[in-house]
Amino acid sequence: MAVETKIAVAPAKPPVWNDPRYRALFFQVLVLGGVVLLGAYLVSNTMANLERQGIASGFGFLETTAGFSISQTLVEYSEESSYGRAFLVGLLNTMLVSIIGIFFATILGFIIGVARLSRNWLISNLAAVYIEILRNIPLLLQIFFWYFAVLRNVPSPKNSHSLFDSFFLNIRGLYSPAPVFEAGFWLILVALVAGIVGVVVLARWARVRQERTGERFPVFFTSLGILIGLPLLAAIVTGFPLSWNYPELKGFNFVGGMVVIPELVALALALSTYTASFIAEIVRAGITAVSHGQTEAAYSLGLRAGPTLRLVVIPQALRVIIPPLTSQYLNLMKNSSLAAAIAYPDIVLVFAGTVLMQTGQAVEIISITMAVYLTLSLLISAFMNWYNKKMALVER
Amino acid sequence: MKLTKVLLAAAAATTLSTAAVAGTLDDVRGKGFVQCGVSQGLAGFSNPDEQGNWTGIDVDVCRAVAAAVLGDAGKVKFTPLSAKERFTALQSGEVDVLSRNTTWTLVRDSALGLNFAGVNYYDGQGFMVRKDLGVKSALELDGASVCVNIGTTTELNLSDYFRANSMKFNPVVFEKADEVVAAYDSGRCDVYTTDQSGLAAQRIKLKEPNAHMILPEVISKEPLGPVVRHGDDKWLDTVKWTLYAMVEAEELGVTSKNVDQMKGSSSPNVRRLLGVEGDGGKNLGLSVDWAYNVVKQVGNYGESFERHVGVKTSLGLERGQNALWKDGGLQYAMPVR
Repeated sequence: MAVETKIAVAPAKPPVWNDPRYRALFFQVLVLGGVVLLGAYLVSNTMANLERQGIASGFGFLETTAGFSISQTLVEYSEESSYGRAFLVGLLNTMLVSIIGIFFATILGFIIGVARLSRNWLISNLAAVYIEILRNIPLLLQIFFWYFAVLRNVPSPKNSHSLFDSFFLNIRGLYSPAPVFEAGFWLILVALVAGIVGVVVLARWARVRQERTGERFPVFFTSLGILIGLPLLAAIVTGFPLSWNYPELKGFNFVGGMVVIPELVALALALSTYTASFIAEIVRAGITAVSHGQTEAAYSLGLRAGPTLRLVVIPQALRVIIPPLTSQYLNLMKNSSLAAAIAYPDIVLVFAGTVLMQTGQAVEIISITMAVYLTLSLLISAFMNWYNKKMALVER
Repeated sequence: MKLTKVLLAAAAATTLSTAAVAGTLDDVRGKGFVQCGVSQGLAGFSNPDEQGNWTGIDVDVCRAVAAAVLGDAGKVKFTPLSAKERFTALQSGEVDVLSRNTTWTLVRDSALGLNFAGVNYYDGQGFMVRKDLGVKSALELDGASVCVNIGTTTELNLSDYFRANSMKFNPVVFEKADEVVAAYDSGRCDVYTTDQSGLAAQRIKLKEPNAHMILPEVISKEPLGPVVRHGDDKWLDTVKWTLYAMVEAEELGVTSKNVDQMKGSSSPNVRRLLGVEGDGGKNLGLSVDWAYNVVKQVGNYGESFERHVGVKTSLGLERGQNALWKDGGLQYAMPVR
């Protein structure tokens, strides 16, 4: 550094246009300016062309009444709601299927990844067959398979499969009783939150104590007791302020209760089984990356195979697994846009589909939709980066 | 220095790109064919036959436009479009004319930057159900699951109808018409809704067509017609008058079979239509025998109707509202003079 500074202030100073630093700066500014100009040109050109063809533009449409209905809404929505509200419904549906998909893909992927490494010939080859079949067939076909081939074989509403007369499975979905919260239910929620806080504090205390004295505390069972006991106590005090709304067959369909629509099931199944095959390979790669010496060292310390995997191999494998796992999560979230093919009302179907058609404002709506996927992707990345940092090797 | 150049170039490009917009009529003449947006397969309207040739009354409109502009009804290229894609394809110039059972509405005519060139089929939305449901009227459909195609006026009419009659329904919305039909056929929905003509066309595709019935209620007006881009009046006139020429020919009794004899007719209306008298073709910027080519190569409106959707076809639709005005229908051509 010091040497460079000396050269820079040397008396034989080169002219500005020969100075590499200024040159670099100049070209960077030039490129940046070019990009900005190109962007401005594209925007103004689009605006001018929309204007010339008499196509409406602007974001005012978001407040207009939508007038169509949606099959699955996580927030209140009716035909009188606005396009903006329809956007929210679609966004939440996309997030719902992504979260469900990521959850099951992770669990399934880890199990199959570990199974692939099993010394049992049958288990390891079954895992291999699963991986090779699912990751080599296009996802769209798998979605069609689940939706049109598998879920079409369940019976009609009148011949539903039923369980205890409260759960019903038919071609319109899986119906289950819905909880109805009555006055005083908030006390149970408060008790649950207090329980969670208590468990966190307890776990910290137990760890500090173990590090100081070496004594172990049965954290798991105590936590379970607190998490179940506190809300139960609150429920007894308030006299169980919760009743169930049972679905029943009225006319064409079941009315009341909660319903999981077959479109959601098919999409979540396809997304999680497909992504799980990639995650399995990532997990296998991660575990193989941990040197065998680590396992041997653990064995020589007297650890059995299970704890060796859990305490020695997986924590080190996670460092290799997390970055590619993040990409799989991003893929899954973006793949959920294939929902449009099977009538799952995600953001692409509702917003970039129906709303786009009703308003005709393709430029605005596609921009918003792209921004949504970008934001969701960045959020997942940010979370996974945080987790990666947490898992990274901490040197003491 | 360079920056100024770039700025200037960008400014020049902007002005050029907005100014350089040729008319569609000249474009079509230049490339020698009409690019026509049609459906992905709707029997009677636009559907590929066994040989892969597109047929239907919507297809005939495209062929007629090609006959009027280029003198050859065969010079058409077809782009199958989903309901969702169709307007973007037209707006962006991917197709010259959209003839895809498209309902004429205010929003489409204004905010979407489109112009409707007329109506080649007067339709209305209806419902199809399984006969064994025992439903006799659409008013008994409270609580039903309804399969519907995305991006159609159908989707909105459906909500309106159930709302107006304070009934509830569960929508199941698909992007492709084939998926809607498959879902309905497998029992995912109780009801399939689209235009009445569409119901008749799709019913043929079901596993057991006779196990289904179309309910009597018609819940909306669906005037279907060809669409062009807003702001290109010359092309709008071309498509509009091609359609009128087909209707006018039927009214005057000119068919593809007798059009050559009719050229010698003494009726001034026939002589004007076929270009023997007057310069209607010249005023439109077309050849003198533009309407002759349309009728000779494609036929008049009635011929096209009977060939594709009429009572003798598998759709078996009556003329009904689509009869000529003098027969009590709505088809009425403006005077060709």
